[in-house]
Amino acid sequence: MALSTVLETPGAGFNFDNAARNAALEGLFEGGQTPTPLKTGTTIAGVVFKDGVVLGADTRATSSDVVADKMCAKIHYISPNIYCCGAGTAADTEKTTDLLSSNLSIFSLNSGRNPRMVMAVNILQDMLYRYHGQIGANLILGGVDCTGNHLYTVGPYGSVNKVPYLAMGSGDLAALGILEDGFKHDLELEKAKELVRAAIHAGIMSDLGSGNNIDICVITKEGVDYIRPYQESEYKDDRKMKYKYRPGTTAVLTEKVIPLKLEVVQETVQKMETV
Amino acid sequence: MTWKLKAVKTNRIKSTMEQIVGAGFAPDVSSYYTTQAEVRAYQRESVTKGDKMNSRGLRSQLKDSVPVAGLCPQGAYGLQDSLRSGFTSIKNELLPSHPLELSEKNFQLNQDKMNFSTLRNIQGLHAPLKLQMEYRAARQIQRLPFLPSSNLALDTLRGSDESIGFEDILCDPAQSEVMGEPHMMVEYKLGML
Repeated sequence: MALSTVLETPGAGFNFDNAARNAALEGLFEGGQTPTPLKTGTTIAGVVFKDGVVLGADTRATSSDVVADKMCAKIHYISPNIYCCGAGTAADTEKTTDLLSSNLSIFSLNSGRNPRMVMAVNILQDMLYRYHGQIGANLILGGVDCTGNHLYTVGPYGSVNKVPYLAMGSGDLAALGILEDGFKHDLELEKAKELVRAAIHAGIMSDLGSGNNIDICVITKEGVDYIRPYQESEYKDDRKMKYKYRPGTTAVLTEKVIPLKLEVVQETVQKMETV
Repeated sequence: MTWKLKAVKTNRIKSTMEQIVGAGFAPDVSSYYTTQAEVRAYQRESVTKGDKMNSRGLRSQLKDSVPVAGLCPQGAYGLQDSLRSGFTSIKNELLPSHPLELSEKNFQLNQDKMNFSTLRNIQGLHAPLKLQMEYRAARQIQRLPFLPSSNLALDTLRGSDESIGFEDILCDPAQSEVMGEPHMMVEYKLGML
């Protein structure tokens, strides 16, 4: 009886108490639509060129059939020399890249060095494998370190691929076609940027889940150039967000001034205490 | 494959249970029985949900198969707290409701086991022995039973003070909204309850 007041504190980390309840709730919907998490139905691409790596992404985030975010940032900062594009469930890619970035910054504070790409990839691989694909994050990591320019992809189950050019997301087939056609080793910077832009553009045109603007991120040994947006969509709407009208917008037709005649009725003076 | 050896060594009661339930599954007679129909139902459910759990290790997939030291044993005179833990369901208490539940609960234990066995293979018996002694000593540094401890020494030994994972962000026990009743917790710890 008294044992009911003795509490076992829940362990840190993921809490699966609600999993049974959610399964029961799904039964209530009886095959109807259950709420789905926000996915980024995306086109992301990356290319290794002569001096570094170019990463590109579209900016649309969808929530089943509705565009949830028109200017979503899909290229995440990992460390000064590594950036990561994420496709899949939006929250998962955000949190995973945040955790990776924190781990790498602890490492660089401890050791005084910029982290290497292989370290980032290994940390991600371990983390994603541990959760057996339940974390839906398809990531493209691109970076420049002391060993060269690298481009890696990490899948949700922890699979890793090292490739010179890459596209992921729901629009990856169209983007990959452009990349396969136009890729050569040791491209120049402008050609590489144009190739990635064309690939993302193809993904945007052919896939419903990708759209709006194109972001490009160029990583070289000298530094990072994060161009957001690199190309804006032609269908951009022009909302001002501010609806105050400046004085003079409305024309004045007539003006009539009536002065008020006032009489002093009573006057009282109260002294203030000044020290 | 140690569970198969256990099946051979068990007494006659357990071996008859094995015959009833089916080969490869020797349940603990003293706790609960799972019929073959239930095992099949669970397998069917796992297939439809898309995860592939092998039924071979079903015993290890039951929730209480690895005793992790908690404070309140749910079975012994524990009241069902509907407000905190929801409606009772035997199935929810026996089988995990999420494919990751068991692997996450035992993750730290399994990591440690793996690391220690690798260390034993590389450096000999003394290395993991000495480390485990230090772990045991560090684990004993705790606050009062109802207060969360930072486990600083244990973290430093493990090397997890230099890394951030989901266990540092989600469900931080230092920020838990519920707390056990202090007197009861201390009495329970001292065995006076």
